[in-house]
Amino acid sequence: MSKLGSAIVWTVIALAGAGALAWLALSRGETINAAWLLTAAVCSYLVAYRFYSKLIAAKVFALDANRATPAEVLNDGRDYVPTNRWIVFGHHFAAIAGPGPLVGPTLAAQFGFLPGAIWIIVGVVLGGAVQDFVILASSVRRNGKTLGQMAREEIGPVGGFTALVAVLGIMIVLIAVLGLVVVNALRSSPWGTVTIGLTIPIAMVMGVYLRWIRPGRVLEASAIGLVLLVVALYAGRAVAENAALAPVFTLSGVTLAIAVMVYGYAASVLPVWLLLAPRDYLSAFVKIGVVVALALGILFVLPPLNMPALTQFTDGTGPVFAGKVFPFAFITIACGAVSGFHALIASGTTPKLLERETDARMVGYGGMLVESLVAIMALIAACALTPGVYFAINAPASAIGTTAASAAAAVQQWGFALDPAEMTRLAQQVGEKSLLSRTGGAPSLAVGMAHLFSRALGGSSAMALWYHFAIMFEALFILTTLDAGTRVGRFMLQDLAKHVWAPLGRVSWYPAVLIMSAIFVAMWGHFLYQGVIDPLGGINSLWPLFGISNQLLAAVALCVGTTVIIKMGRARYAAVTMAPLAWLVIVTMTAGWAKIFSSDPKLGFIAHASVLRAAAAAGSLPAGVKTAGDALRMAFNDYLDAAVAAFFMVSVVVILADSIREWAAVLRGRKPATSTEAPFQARVAVAGD
Amino acid sequence: MRSAMRWARRAADVVRRVIGVPDYERYLVHMRERHPECVPLSRDRFLAERLAARYEKPGARCC
Repeated sequence: MSKLGSAIVWTVIALAGAGALAWLALSRGETINAAWLLTAAVCSYLVAYRFYSKLIAAKVFALDANRATPAEVLNDGRDYVPTNRWIVFGHHFAAIAGPGPLVGPTLAAQFGFLPGAIWIIVGVVLGGAVQDFVILASSVRRNGKTLGQMAREEIGPVGGFTALVAVLGIMIVLIAVLGLVVVNALRSSPWGTVTIGLTIPIAMVMGVYLRWIRPGRVLEASAIGLVLLVVALYAGRAVAENAALAPVFTLSGVTLAIAVMVYGYAASVLPVWLLLAPRDYLSAFVKIGVVVALALGILFVLPPLNMPALTQFTDGTGPVFAGKVFPFAFITIACGAVSGFHALIASGTTPKLLERETDARMVGYGGMLVESLVAIMALIAACALTPGVYFAINAPASAIGTTAASAAAAVQQWGFALDPAEMTRLAQQVGEKSLLSRTGGAPSLAVGMAHLFSRALGGSSAMALWYHFAIMFEALFILTTLDAGTRVGRFMLQDLAKHVWAPLGRVSWYPAVLIMSAIFVAMWGHFLYQGVIDPLGGINSLWPLFGISNQLLAAVALCVGTTVIIKMGRARYAAVTMAPLAWLVIVTMTAGWAKIFSSDPKLGFIAHASVLRAAAAAGSLPAGVKTAGDALRMAFNDYLDAAVAAFFMVSVVVILADSIREWAAVLRGRKPATSTEAPFQARVAVAGD
Repeated sequence: MRSAMRWARRAADVVRRVIGVPDYERYLVHMRERHPECVPLSRDRFLAERLAARYEKPGARCC
């Protein structure tokens, strides 16, 4: 394309994006179509990729297509394998995308679509995609070192150790909150419970097939698995419609929580080939399938956004979770805008596969843009619901009561229309007894997706199947994160425990495996259980903790990135990582502070604990709490949550202080700006394909 | 027909590599080219080692 032509095309794209954003932000009163949001997002991504990621590639890292990558230098045919960039892109995307970008935007929709939309678009362009790209490029230059290793070598031992412990803390909170999302989606739903339960034997059938019947035929086994998933969907419906069987599989939250813990434990101690690996393959297909289906559904239907741009809940009185739009919108949406967890992937498998250094731009920056688009689509699916239905599904029983009539009354009081008969009809349509207070985001997203899909295919009679299809998809990949996470957590715990008693670190010694798995499951299981019995819904306290922890990890990654940039002698570009770092530090600190010290008992952990203790002492228990002992236990859990939040905040301070010390030493010339990059080697092979 | 088969095989190969299936053939080629003096792992050992490596550290999957 000629220079002029390209300038015209990019001007048009930029203007279209800016125009769509302005239209979203400024129009009030009338309903806006999702097309505006999609246009704003996609145009912003294109412009950011074309110009900003190019600046980072060329000016900050000076990525060089002729410099040999670790995949070439260290090629071992196993971890380090030069791979075509499109394959690495797919692999990287399948690894970073999970339930996070689906759930966060759904919850944040309580503020209206605008705060979530702006944060997802601006956050990814200036923060999330930058983080993934910078960490990937840094790791590629360092033979594929992990984030923890880079934190230790670039920042120092204190920063490195804090990063290690922070990762363990994040895993615990992440698994607990994801478990809670699954439990809330399956609570008293025999259809969902049976369908999800069946995915476990399906994975085992695949595992056995791959091990003994047709070893290594992963695509065959996956095809069988996908067919069996559809069978499981219909089996769930058959059970739900059977008067004798349905009550057996109508489980309470506590029972489901215990089942999830048993599952996580089994996944951690059983051989990988039996459960984890086949499930992982299946989930990768399902993940890509859901993303594509959601995109097609939205493009085909182009639904109107029924949620207003801003709701009155930006003032912090929202029923889905407490807290004002600042900072809580930025904590609630982590994946999709900035997700620290990605730094582990970008310094894990991916850097060992890149064929050329320059591919890091497409894989790191581009991969995150696509995840962000997934988050935008989840936001659209949630905002396509009428606000009344959205709040009836996502508000806890303590806010809307337990009947359709009480829910409608509460929602109407908030100023949204809701006909109680509509809620009952909707629940019947999707094959559930009730959709009230199905907190956690998964059910409302499933209702949104079922709306979209049934409008595109099958009509309203297919709503129930589509709803459970969506629930199955979500639960399948949540559980895949949960089981693999439990196993990884067990390994990390063993790595720490070996300093206490060496045999505990032996990963093939069964007593150590069983004990350390039990300890790790107990750690997240405690938070999961406490979330399940919490009358405020659990998500209210756990999701912000997860958001804070994820943003903490992003802060660690951006500290590492800034240090790398300064030590490369490119301090004038340090704002690339310092600006998002500063924003994340502000956000995590204000959110953490509010969660601990706010005097509003719905928001502050300590205030909530005081209310519970006072109530227990006075003998007047709040709704949903049965005995004074329960109240005191809940108060203890509040203190524990406060301690966890405080731990994450202290970690941010430690890492940041350690990094600033290092930056100052280098910038003032007290310390030589020595790079830990592997020395340049020219690229030789035209390996890979 | 034949080109369709070849196309399907290539597509299957791409899908396998995207979802991260360990590739024993590629490993054998690598060992023959780079380390002809070493005895490569057997297929079972290779697959077991790859699976174990995939699930012992964070960095393979996200939220």
